[in-house]
Amino acid sequence: MAARSTRVLMSCSRKDANAALLSNFEVFQLLTDLKQQRKESGKSKQSSGQQNLNTIMYETMKYISKTPCRYQSPETVREFLIAMKGHKLTKAEKLQLLNHRPVTAVEIQLMVEESEERLTEEQIESLLQTVASILPGDPEEQQRDSAMETEGRSSQ
Amino acid sequence: MFVLVEMTDTVRIPPWQFERKLNESIAEELNKKLANKVVYNVGLCICLYDITKLEDSYIFPGDGASHTKVHFRYVVFHPFLDEILVGEIKSCSQDGVHVSIGFFDDIVIPPESLQQPAKFDEAEQVWVWEYETEEGAHDLYMDIGEEIRFRVVDETFVDTSPTGPSSAEASTSNATEEVQKKEAPYTLVGSISEPVLTGTGEETAKDWS
Repeated sequence: MAARSTRVLMSCSRKDANAALLSNFEVFQLLTDLKQQRKESGKSKQSSGQQNLNTIMYETMKYISKTPCRYQSPETVREFLIAMKGHKLTKAEKLQLLNHRPVTAVEIQLMVEESEERLTEEQIESLLQTVASILPGDPEEQQRDSAMETEGRSSQ
Repeated sequence: MFVLVEMTDTVRIPPWQFERKLNESIAEELNKKLANKVVYNVGLCICLYDITKLEDSYIFPGDGASHTKVHFRYVVFHPFLDEILVGEIKSCSQDGVHVSIGFFDDIVIPPESLQQPAKFDEAEQVWVWEYETEEGAHDLYMDIGEEIRFRVVDETFVDTSPTGPSSAEASTSNATEEVQKKEAPYTLVGSISEPVLTGTGEETAKDWS
């Protein structure tokens, strides 16, 4: 977008460019709270200066709402990180698992570096199990999956 | 995808805003200055996370406004190297597939990083992946609007600050000026030359597993 530029920011000094990694869920929460706050404080602040903030908030929320993080809560994220402690993954890998909620072994191999060397097949399976059980997925999909499972069981 | 960046800046609050709470005025000013803007070598700024420290506010002679040095943390879009992202194909051209994430559009997947073999269909202006199986070759078209999962392999920051008068004289041709104006301050280069990195993975995962 032509509107984005770097020219304003020479005066701003950056202390720590990577103070912390944020999960999509945290950004989702932050933007939801910010939207709530701005709605409550009334329309007096909707000057032209706020247009950039409105645009970026709207677009970012639109994108994040389509990712699995919209079903997450602080408790599920905490549970997930505790469960991940045993698997010896880096911060970045755990973050990707949290943001994408992989359901197949190939996806895990994508996100975890050198997964063939670091994880056995059983470990990958248990990782998938943990992800699927702790991180909530699309409730409609999960209903469909459980319906298919019961069908499978009854046909056996 | 997002990082928290600690920054420091001096915020100017004009006198007619003195009745408002200082924190609110400062938050608004910072968002006005940084939201939806790219900071050189940092990333695309989204919104203010919090204010960590406010130093004393000063009023300078000749200016009735207060100037406050603020230490704050800002949410910035800055994917790390090798991160997997999901985007939407915006367009295809000879230089590759252009992907967008809604709030960020300057992502390009160059032809070398597409699943090989791939060819550019001139008629439809789309890239096609010639997927070979035992039955023969399937053509997977990378259509506009399709979801695509890719890996971030490179990023480029360009300083798009306005150049001074001396360099403006040096670049006399209009063409160079135009090229300078169209350069995006922050671009990402993606790659999909790995299994499962096309589409959202459902179909291809079945093929590859």
